Amino acid sequence: MRYAAPTTVGEAQSLLAEHPGSQVFAGATDLIPQIRAGRPAPPVLIDLKRIDQLMAVIHEDGQWRIGAATPASDLTRNSDFTAMFPGLSEAMGLIGSDQIQNRSSLGGNLANASPAADSVPAMIANAVEAVVASGDGTRTVPVAEIATGPGLTSLADGEFIIEFTVADTPAATSDAYLRMIPRTEMDIAIVGAAVRLTVDGDVITNATVVLGAVAPTAVTVSEAGAALVGAAIDGGSIDGSAMNALADAASAACDPIDDKRGTVAYRRQVAGVMARRAAAIAVDRAQNGD
Amino acid sequence: MTVTEDRPAYKWVGTRPIRHDGYEKVIGKARFAADLDLPGQLHAAYLRSPHGHARIVSIDTTTAAGMPGVKAVVTGADFPDLDPADPNFDVSVNVMARSTVLYNGHALAAVAATTRAEAAAAVAAIQVEYELLPVVLTLDESMADGAPLVNENNVTKFVESDGPSNLATVNVLERGDVDAAFPAADLVVEREFDTAYVHQGYIEPHACVVDVGPNGKADVWASSQGHFMVRSLTAAILGWEPSRIKVTPAEIGGGFGGKTTIYLEPVAARLSEMSGRPVKLVMTREEVLRATGPAPASKSRVKIAASNDGELIAIECWFGYAVGCANDFAGLVGAMSVASYKFPNLKLEAIGALTNTPKTAAYRAPSAPQAAFAIESVIDELAQALDMDPIDLRLRNAVEEGDPTAMGMPHPRIGFVECLEALRDSDHYQSPVPDGAARGVATGFWFNIGEQSSATVNLNEDGTATVITGSPDIGGSRASMALMAAEELGIDVYRITPVVADTESVGFTDVTEGSRATFSTGMAVVNACRGLIEELRARAATILGVEQDAVTWIEGSAVADGHDPLPLSAITAKAKSTGGPLTVTGSLNAAGAGPSFAAHCCDLTVDEETGQVAILRYTAVQDAGTAIHPSYVEGQLQGGSVQGIGWALNEEYVFDDEGSLENASFLDYRIPVASDLPMIDTIVVEVPNPAHPYGVRGVGETGIVPPMATIANAVARATSTRMTSLPMSPPRILAALEAS
Repeated sequence: MRYAAPTTVGEAQSLLAEHPGSQVFAGATDLIPQIRAGRPAPPVLIDLKRIDQLMAVIHEDGQWRIGAATPASDLTRNSDFTAMFPGLSEAMGLIGSDQIQNRSSLGGNLANASPAADSVPAMIANAVEAVVASGDGTRTVPVAEIATGPGLTSLADGEFIIEFTVADTPAATSDAYLRMIPRTEMDIAIVGAAVRLTVDGDVITNATVVLGAVAPTAVTVSEAGAALVGAAIDGGSIDGSAMNALADAASAACDPIDDKRGTVAYRRQVAGVMARRAAAIAVDRAQNGD
Repeated sequence: MTVTEDRPAYKWVGTRPIRHDGYEKVIGKARFAADLDLPGQLHAAYLRSPHGHARIVSIDTTTAAGMPGVKAVVTGADFPDLDPADPNFDVSVNVMARSTVLYNGHALAAVAATTRAEAAAAVAAIQVEYELLPVVLTLDESMADGAPLVNENNVTKFVESDGPSNLATVNVLERGDVDAAFPAADLVVEREFDTAYVHQGYIEPHACVVDVGPNGKADVWASSQGHFMVRSLTAAILGWEPSRIKVTPAEIGGGFGGKTTIYLEPVAARLSEMSGRPVKLVMTREEVLRATGPAPASKSRVKIAASNDGELIAIECWFGYAVGCANDFAGLVGAMSVASYKFPNLKLEAIGALTNTPKTAAYRAPSAPQAAFAIESVIDELAQALDMDPIDLRLRNAVEEGDPTAMGMPHPRIGFVECLEALRDSDHYQSPVPDGAARGVATGFWFNIGEQSSATVNLNEDGTATVITGSPDIGGSRASMALMAAEELGIDVYRITPVVADTESVGFTDVTEGSRATFSTGMAVVNACRGLIEELRARAATILGVEQDAVTWIEGSAVADGHDPLPLSAITAKAKSTGGPLTVTGSLNAAGAGPSFAAHCCDLTVDEETGQVAILRYTAVQDAGTAIHPSYVEGQLQGGSVQGIGWALNEEYVFDDEGSLENASFLDYRIPVASDLPMIDTIVVEVPNPAHPYGVRGVGETGIVPPMATIANAVARATSTRMTSLPMSPPRILAALEAS
């Protein structure tokens, strides 16, 4: 097993082409445990952190460009980013531990294609797009289209994510992410729920609800979003029947498995609870500019 | 906070010096077994059974033996077959399977090679033909009529037995007349409970390095709770005399009972003997969880009768322990642990039954937590039904000196009442329960034991002392030994160097179990110091020209009328001219270990939409007899509480139908993380044990006994739903709330 640290996207692509089966990585916080657990070691481990573009966070002209290998903690500690996307920032702040967040990246969290990846529902809710190095150029893909199943992606051989782009949130818009874990940290989501919504005074005018860990990939629950649109907000609280409809839609959208981490019934039920609670937080932020 | 009875004023005992071994541990210089590397050393790896139960039809190691870097391969055929009646038979078979693998993860071959990767590759090339046998995973399956045999060599203990059985032990205890007492009682509560297999979760995986020399002698470096235990078991399994083996204790990264037995050393020794090279054998975390002792899973049924004014009249209970693939005394100790209340009528049966799961091992107060969870839950339900304060109900029925234990012999001086009173009067219990939260209380105890210990105390020419013992320092014992020696000799605790010596440099010392190190080994240190003081008085008499009877030892000096006090250093400086080196050994088989009682209290909330428990406040009260080093006593109370909280809330072995452990990692075997817990407050009660010169009771184990019921009792009060099944994980709590 060889380690390489190219400084350009092109060099990384050449290494991938010359050494089939090689693996790009940023923090390697999933990759190293996988190799230790018996995954065949790739011939070359290609460290992307020396490529400037993959480590840059640029905010200009109402648009964010986030290097795919940027450590999560660079973003959770970025006050502009966290003010604009508090839910996405808190999702990244839940991954592993402080040590993990100093290495782990949005690119890795997405390309590892775990159904339980915390940042992915929050990225999808915010309509984040992935810029993928492909052949001589790049292609831009909605985040929701990258993972296709547990451990599987739509990325072709030789392709890798170089950065993410996302527009500034409109006025009176915010997001929130909540997850259920049996402990308080150092764990993997049994259910994750991201909600992004826009309010106009005391009415919700737009809402996206995305669930993690309840299906082979993150799921955008359009019925859940629809349940919130038009819902009245009274004294900061979303109309109860809309909330129930949201929770029911979230539960119904689950296609989970029974495993050592949770049962089907438990994941279904708690998915509704997490979605409801995340919506309440997002409304508070959208109304109060938090 | 400490509640102290009248006792002598000590200068050193009861103080909190920084531990002597602290510096090396803080800077990372302390050497654990896996830190040792020897020139020419090989690395070994195991082949472990992928099946829950199977006969080994054949093992072919030919290909593996010829692979790159491979220097030696062993299977069960390389170890002598012990008689099934031999007390070490089960450990021998667990170390390396012979004709049958008894659980998924059971070792059946090992390879030593130049690198760990070469050893692992060779392990993968070993060809095994298995004949699958039925897998028995639960107590119910094990005890069912016509159940397949888990282990054909097992015979039931403590009862008449005619041939192999799945029953490990059967114990029945009875006093009074329960059959008459129950129908006459005002109130009866009966419940069934079950608990999962849980692991001790020590951070340091098992590790050793073994070097067998051309003279046939073996040098062993190993992490354990007792290196003389490692020596005896390794010798027994190899068929060697113990004196062929020298064991040097490495620092230990947690044991909690799980390192009172061995797994690796005979295998590394045989590989070293065959290869002529030192062999290092280190378990992965997955191996630790799959193949070292968890605590037994259990089922129980407890029925208690009370009068309307809160007198506990009768108890009838059944405890069943799933002990894993070989015999274990879990049932016996579980039965003995029913001894906290003055039940005039008592009838209990406790059994152990075998399962095709890893051989269970001791875990802090082994078998008591499962029994206490059941009993203390029923007592709490009685308190609720009687509308009595749960501490008052317990105080009304608490055992005191002279009251019978479950086995019938009287309790010695104990501090159960004092612990309950300290909890009742605590700031925690006197504070209102926070809004939205509920409070639970439960108690527990552990007998503790004495056993054999040795200590040698050498006085150095500069007036310092070296205290040499054979008990590995698993909980701050170096500091405690130094404190007792400082108190005896009257010198500064930092003028004492506490040393844990190898098996050839100190007298025999039993494994650290039953919270015995500070009690028994401490007593050996005190005895050695007292012998030294006699000698120091004699030497001082010679120097001063007075009779020995005219010399008294006061605060580190020999004092005689008409002379200036003669400090220790003045006597050691003249050792050669007054009779030679000053050294004394104390050794004993200690009697009089004092039971340690505890009472715990917890405030928590339950999220009724997710089933998640949040612990807001937790207080552990326990009788230490005398806290030699209060910080390490508090640490034991906190550690036991935290492990009990993990047992209560999330820890469990998850097996598939074939007995493969699905959660063999710390990600999915969920011990608590720091953010799961509040600071565990402690109150150390001191009711001195009259059998120890400083009143010591062992404190290491009791702390894990009360937490499961403490939490279940709070959950019951928070949700009006009684959880009778552990762990109380979020999915289980939510399911119970839905069902009620």
